[in-house]
Amino acid sequence: MPTLEFREAIRQAIDESLAADERVILFGEDVAVAGGVFVTTPGLYEKYGPERVFDTPISELAITSAAYGSAVCGLRPVIEIMFGDFLPLAMDSIVNQAAKFFYISGEQGSVPLVVRAAVGAGGRFGAIHSQNPGTWFQNVPGLKVVAPSTPADALALLKASIADDNPVLFLEHKRLYSVKQELESVGDEPVSLGQARVVREGLDVTLVSIMKGVGDCLEAAARLSSIGVQAEVIDLRTLRPFDHDTLLASLAKTNRLVAIEEGPLTGGWAGEVLAVVAEHGLHDIDDVWRLATPDHPIPFSPPLEDAFLPGVDTIVASVCERLGVQAPR
Amino acid sequence: MTGLADSASQTPALAPLSLDQALALYRRMVLIRRFEDTVQVLFQRGEVPGTTHLYSGQEAVATGVASILEPRDRVAGTYRGHGHALSLGVDPQALLDEMLGRASGLCGGRAGSMNVIDLAHGLMGCYGIVGGSIGAATGAALALKRSGGVAVAYFGEGATNQGYFHECLNFAKVHNLPALYVCENNLYGEFTPMEDVTAGRIVARAQTLELPAETIDGNDLWAVRAAAAAAVARARDGGGPQFIEALTYRFVGHSRSDPGAYRKPGELDAWRQRDPLKLTRAGILERYETADEAQLDATDADVERQIEQMIAAGLAAPYPTPGPAAEFKA
Ligand SMILES: Cc1ncc(C[n+]2csc(CCOP(=O)(O)OP(=O)(O)O)c2C)c(N)n1
Repeated sequence: MPTLEFREAIRQAIDESLAADERVILFGEDVAVAGGVFVTTPGLYEKYGPERVFDTPISELAITSAAYGSAVCGLRPVIEIMFGDFLPLAMDSIVNQAAKFFYISGEQGSVPLVVRAAVGAGGRFGAIHSQNPGTWFQNVPGLKVVAPSTPADALALLKASIADDNPVLFLEHKRLYSVKQELESVGDEPVSLGQARVVREGLDVTLVSIMKGVGDCLEAAARLSSIGVQAEVIDLRTLRPFDHDTLLASLAKTNRLVAIEEGPLTGGWAGEVLAVVAEHGLHDIDDVWRLATPDHPIPFSPPLEDAFLPGVDTIVASVCERLGVQAPR
Repeated sequence: MTGLADSASQTPALAPLSLDQALALYRRMVLIRRFEDTVQVLFQRGEVPGTTHLYSGQEAVATGVASILEPRDRVAGTYRGHGHALSLGVDPQALLDEMLGRASGLCGGRAGSMNVIDLAHGLMGCYGIVGGSIGAATGAALALKRSGGVAVAYFGEGATNQGYFHECLNFAKVHNLPALYVCENNLYGEFTPMEDVTAGRIVARAQTLELPAETIDGNDLWAVRAAAAAAVARARDGGGPQFIEALTYRFVGHSRSDPGAYRKPGELDAWRQRDPLKLTRAGILERYETADEAQLDATDADVERQIEQMIAAGLAAPYPTPGPAAEFKA
């Protein structure tokens, strides 16, 4: 069975978008000649040439500005910010310029750009090459935030992001790049941004996550089922727009919900999940809670980092504790 | 003034303006001045909410540059952007209505004084973040490279201390983008004199990156036109990004409640002697035999009538109705 690797899905989505639309361009640090530091864009420079695929100076603000300004003027740029941790350097042009344009212009125009960034911990990259900046941007009206968990979703959601008329932040978890998926399961149906997905059905508890957390939840669900706990798993897929309906429908079924976020507990998107269910689904709640990282920077040393991240063991143990059942061995 | 760059001094011939064209540019400058006076008065009367940053004194810069541009070009202005907008032919009534927060404003009252956008007139935005215009025009230039257009960024000398300036000029240079960076050096960033916070010369910063760059008298409409024509022609011809430092002065406070205590004694008066409106009047009388004071006075009076009508219409215009708004383009 042929398989699709996550990083190849990224490349394929950009390739198909470049082929389909002359207005699509790709640029960033080391993306063209070198093919990207995470090897997500090899061959595109050779195929489309330096006018459409090019390397840039190490200037995150200029890169995002170039994307913003060119998008206002008719192009559909896809840019790479090598590590999500570098996005603060580009914050002004994403948050203050691109995300505001459609509204404050009185809807004269929109800003069709995609900012791709590699994010996430677990690779021993330390505090400033490992963060998940999705939460920082969830609070920005006018910006879509996409966070895929599988190669198939990476392909479909990136194509949808490039085709979208609005600015999109597209987050790629570093520990997903080498994940492979059987090709048969890679559908070609168009996806709309803002639609969560029920990845596994269950009646006892809902596990909600994004990106690498979804795989962790599925593994936890498999273990929980060995002790008779049937977990439903929801992949949010986008942090903005935020799909309330899928969350509330699942809560109505399970009455228990836990949001698992690879990011600091305080002020994270998992808090938004809890706010939504508390505000709109209070009568369905037996228990809702969050699993996130401690409120300190991400440590480097392997035992410290491993203990810091909410993995499969943490999820299983926490669910068992809250449900009052004996954990599987 | 100082023509410092190698290629910046080679000016292709710029067709001289007819008297009518010159009068039209003078009219635009008067319109900008009177528009700003009006905004000031309406602000003091509580009709213009928030804050405003006026362009009075700098009219020759935007008017001169815009007189060189074509419809395919794009302009990024600043929070001091009413002049940038009006120079492009933006409807002054819609601009005033925007200041007043009315539904008939250019952006439906969603933008306000600092953030005006009018794509139909080539104004991609006015940027409330110091330096934002530099980034916007750099991106626009990337798109316009395909169509032969040129993107213009206006910004103050204060913005040359922003990361935007250094990152984007380098980016534009290495990618050979058709951008014209126009630094309006009015000597102060808010209340702080340039020399207190700025190392070296502004124009030298652009020259280090090998942009053709020159410093000009920004109050002299003809000097601005000559420099802009040469720079725009080079950018259009694949000559890459260009830089102009236009020396000028703002006659009013930085923003709403600024009495200008930081000004050096006599400085304002000295610059008022070189008021761009006065210089343009004198320039027209000097250059055109058939021009006379009466024509210029008639232009002033004509603008005056327009402004009176605009105030009445603006104050009578309805406010927008609060209600749900789309977050995204569908
Ligand atoms: C990023 C940012 N920092 C500070 C300000 C506040 N501010 C508004 S205008 C201004 C002075 C800018 O000076 P300059 O660039 O010389 O332009 P001028 O106002 O003189 O036209 C400052 C500090 C701002 N709007 N944006």
